[in-house]
Amino acid sequence: MAQGLRPRDEGELQAALAWALAEGQPLALRGQGSKLGFGRPVAAGQVLDLSGLAGIVVYEPEELVLTAGPGTPLSEIEGLLSQHRQQLAFEPADYGAISGGPAGRQTLGGVIACNISGPRRVKAGAARDHLLGFKAVSGRAEAFKSGGRVVKNVTGYDLSKLMAGSHGTLAALSEVTLKVLPAPEATATVLLLGQDDRAAIAALAQAAGSPHEVSGLAHLPAAAAARSQAAQGRAMTAVRLEGPTPSVRHRADELVKLLARQGATLLLDAQASFGFWQEVRDVQSLLPADRQLWRLSLAPGAGPAVVAELARRLPALDYYYDWAGGLVWLALPPTEDAWHPAVRGAVASAGHATLLRAEAGVRAAVPVFQPQPPALAALSQRVKASFDPKGLLNPGRMHPGP
Amino acid sequence: MPLAMPEPESRALVNRGALADALRRFLPAAAVIDDAPSLRAYESDAFTLYRQPPMLAVLPQTTAQVARILRLCGELGVKVVPRGAGTSLSGGALPLADGIILGMARFNRVLEVDYANRCAVVQPGVTNLAISQAVAAAGFHYAPDPSSQIACTIGGNVAENSGGVHCLKYGLTTNNLLGLEVVLMSGDVVRLGGKHLDPEGYDLMGVLTGSEGLLGVVTEVTVRILPRPASARALLIGFAGNEAAGDCVARIIAAGIVPGGLEMMDRPAIHAAEAFCQAGYPLDAEAILICELDGPPVEVDDLVVRVEAIARAAGAVSLKASASEEERLRFWAGRKAAFPAVGRISPDYICMDGTIPRKALPQVLARMAELSAKHGLRVANVFHAGDGNLHPLILFDANEPGEAERAEALGADILRLCVEVGGVLTGEHGVGVEKRDLMGTMFNEHDLDQQMRVKCAFDPDGRLNPGKVFPQLRRCAELGRLHVSGGRLPFPDLPRF
Ligand SMILES: Cc1cc2nc3c(=O)[nH]c(=O)nc-3n(C[C@H](O)[C@H](O)[C@H](O)COP(=O)(O)OP(=O)(O)OC[C@H]3O[C@@H](n4cnc5c(N)ncnc54)[C@H](O)[C@@H]3O)c2cc1C
Repeated sequence: MAQGLRPRDEGELQAALAWALAEGQPLALRGQGSKLGFGRPVAAGQVLDLSGLAGIVVYEPEELVLTAGPGTPLSEIEGLLSQHRQQLAFEPADYGAISGGPAGRQTLGGVIACNISGPRRVKAGAARDHLLGFKAVSGRAEAFKSGGRVVKNVTGYDLSKLMAGSHGTLAALSEVTLKVLPAPEATATVLLLGQDDRAAIAALAQAAGSPHEVSGLAHLPAAAAARSQAAQGRAMTAVRLEGPTPSVRHRADELVKLLARQGATLLLDAQASFGFWQEVRDVQSLLPADRQLWRLSLAPGAGPAVVAELARRLPALDYYYDWAGGLVWLALPPTEDAWHPAVRGAVASAGHATLLRAEAGVRAAVPVFQPQPPALAALSQRVKASFDPKGLLNPGRMHPGP
Repeated sequence: MPLAMPEPESRALVNRGALADALRRFLPAAAVIDDAPSLRAYESDAFTLYRQPPMLAVLPQTTAQVARILRLCGELGVKVVPRGAGTSLSGGALPLADGIILGMARFNRVLEVDYANRCAVVQPGVTNLAISQAVAAAGFHYAPDPSSQIACTIGGNVAENSGGVHCLKYGLTTNNLLGLEVVLMSGDVVRLGGKHLDPEGYDLMGVLTGSEGLLGVVTEVTVRILPRPASARALLIGFAGNEAAGDCVARIIAAGIVPGGLEMMDRPAIHAAEAFCQAGYPLDAEAILICELDGPPVEVDDLVVRVEAIARAAGAVSLKASASEEERLRFWAGRKAAFPAVGRISPDYICMDGTIPRKALPQVLARMAELSAKHGLRVANVFHAGDGNLHPLILFDANEPGEAERAEALGADILRLCVEVGGVLTGEHGVGVEKRDLMGTMFNEHDLDQQMRVKCAFDPDGRLNPGKVFPQLRRCAELGRLHVSGGRLPFPDLPRF
């Protein structure tokens, strides 16, 4: 096992980074290691284990805000919130299972660092939209903070946005403050059955453009649908509704009317709905486990065309859509190059592609994150250097080099 | 009063003529303004305590022109202050003596409305309201709705991360953007995001939003558009004290209700608004709440009943739920006209913008009354109560010697109070020059240094809108220097494995 350091508070974290800076020692940041297979393999001899920076610091349900250490298990936070009928509205997915680590073990810091959101992202926003502020120690071994504990705040640059999705390459978080929201009183899901991709995404666009405040928009083509616990023997196009009970009932009726023009519909009750969206959120059960996995972030309407183009070029395509078509999960038979020229070629200017699961050797050789045009790549590099000039934090995780 | 701005650089000043000539070589004559009377139109934004005419005002129309202007200014050592509609309340668009105003008003086209992807691509000089108007016929709107929405531009909204009365439920500008095109001071053009939801790589769009024109010039914006809610009703609730009104807000939120808007006004604001536009506000109330609920009628009617019960339990002395669209708009009319209404009862006012934790509201209003007495100036409060964003309006008369200074001092005291109770200096109007020198009450040197290093990554020579946001200008070379302290682990007991 790798050697490492396990700080227990911000002071120790700062000391650990001061040491790494003085020694020129790169560090691999880690919470519970649930996403070790995410991104490129990190080239660092020492592990910086952040699981010791755990615990809920303040939770004020009436202020809709929670502050916790980055090492706090997400399950602990979600458990506490549910006792107060609140939730993390961005519905963080658990990629533990798909990225080779344990499921159910992820930490708050990992969720933020990877900006992980679930199906409700279409309505409630991403992890980045719920991060109100943080404390961290940069690769310069300086402790700093940004943001605050209130929702409306434009005091200084919004560095929270940079931290979310930086995959631990800018700074090591020592404290995280999140906006939390009331959990919906009721939930239901309307299923439209047997649609092809194009018709399904058009139906989802119609639902998204309706005033019914939908909070989940997914399409499972027949193969993926067959793996769902809610399987109906054909493709399933799903729209979720959440809110006060009379409202959900009313909107479900309206949506059924809207979608029934296109095909057979079915209503999932709260419990079935919960299970279904968990499958959509966590990916693992809907796609074969022995495949390489891509995550495409697209203009929603472009989804079917990109997939059709990929189907022409690639063998044995297995996939499904979330975010009304804006998120495509793609499973492909393993190869050395993970089909990346074909995948990125098909995505073209419609969005970007991330290789989410492949052998370490493949992830080291293939651009895991979308390559950027030169001016943008240079700017990103300068931003990285402004936090971590020596490239000590998770070197190689996002791009080759420090 | 003295506002320390960066010392004008003589190199820039002597280049004024050369710059104007060079600009006229690729811009139409009317796009380069250099005569004193015309330049006066740009000498301040809506924060009018400070004025400074710019060296030149330049009005480009294309991204390529912006890139050329920025490159040229870089070469000649000239600073650049971007400007939208000039409605900033914090002096973000205050010109510099040795800088140009880069006026973005001619970028005024809606480029594309894309209903299939529920977004619109617009130029930065398009007004906030014009976006909603462009998509209204199809039942959509652009959700963030600052009170200045008839005038302010989407480019300015991006730079300030503007909010509005509906951002409690629908978010701020930052939560409603999909993509930006930005020109850096180097002249490089970068495109961030697009029509997809998640950024590739670092979320540079996120950090540009709210960066007050210091990181890059926004030349194109892709915004999310949303279907308009099926219906909306508003409640007008009067209270005998601020305490009870604050308590009502807390109870609504605690009940798991997220209203479309939840606004509060105190007695002076109620009276000013009522005199101005007869919205039907209860003049005997110490505070009113306007609570808007939106969604399908079944949901709205259900929530109206719930909020009525909560309001009664919190001690409401008057309660009216809108029975028609006309009545709902009347309830809002007073709130929306609060600024001009206050303008009628006082020769001058400044609008403050702190945010506090909701629970601190009664305490803060009580302390504010003390501060108002101490400085001898009246304060009227309008307040985005749902998200804790205060807008105290400080009333003064600039013609009375010393009053403007006292107004600024009172404003600073109020903002310090916001920070003291766990809040922040600005919720939506930005730091600009107004709150620049108070940044130290919220951030220490390390915090500010890291922000300035990000600025250096975008603009290493510090030519884009300097003198705003940061109390002290520091050179990028100095900020970049590393302080390495010996290799020894200072905590010998730090757990290792
Ligand atoms: C009566 C009134 C009511 C208001 N109500 C609200 C409200 O409810 N909520 C709220 O949030 N604000 C409100 N404001 C403040 C103001 O309207 C907003 O800050 C608005 O976003 C400013 O837009 P603007 O186009 O006028 O920008 P300007 O004032 O011209 O500029 C503001 C800042 O943005 C920068 N900037 C402008 N355009 C660009 C660009 N294209 N690229 C880069 N930087 C740029 C400028 O350099 C400056 O720093 C109000 C103002 C007034 C006068």
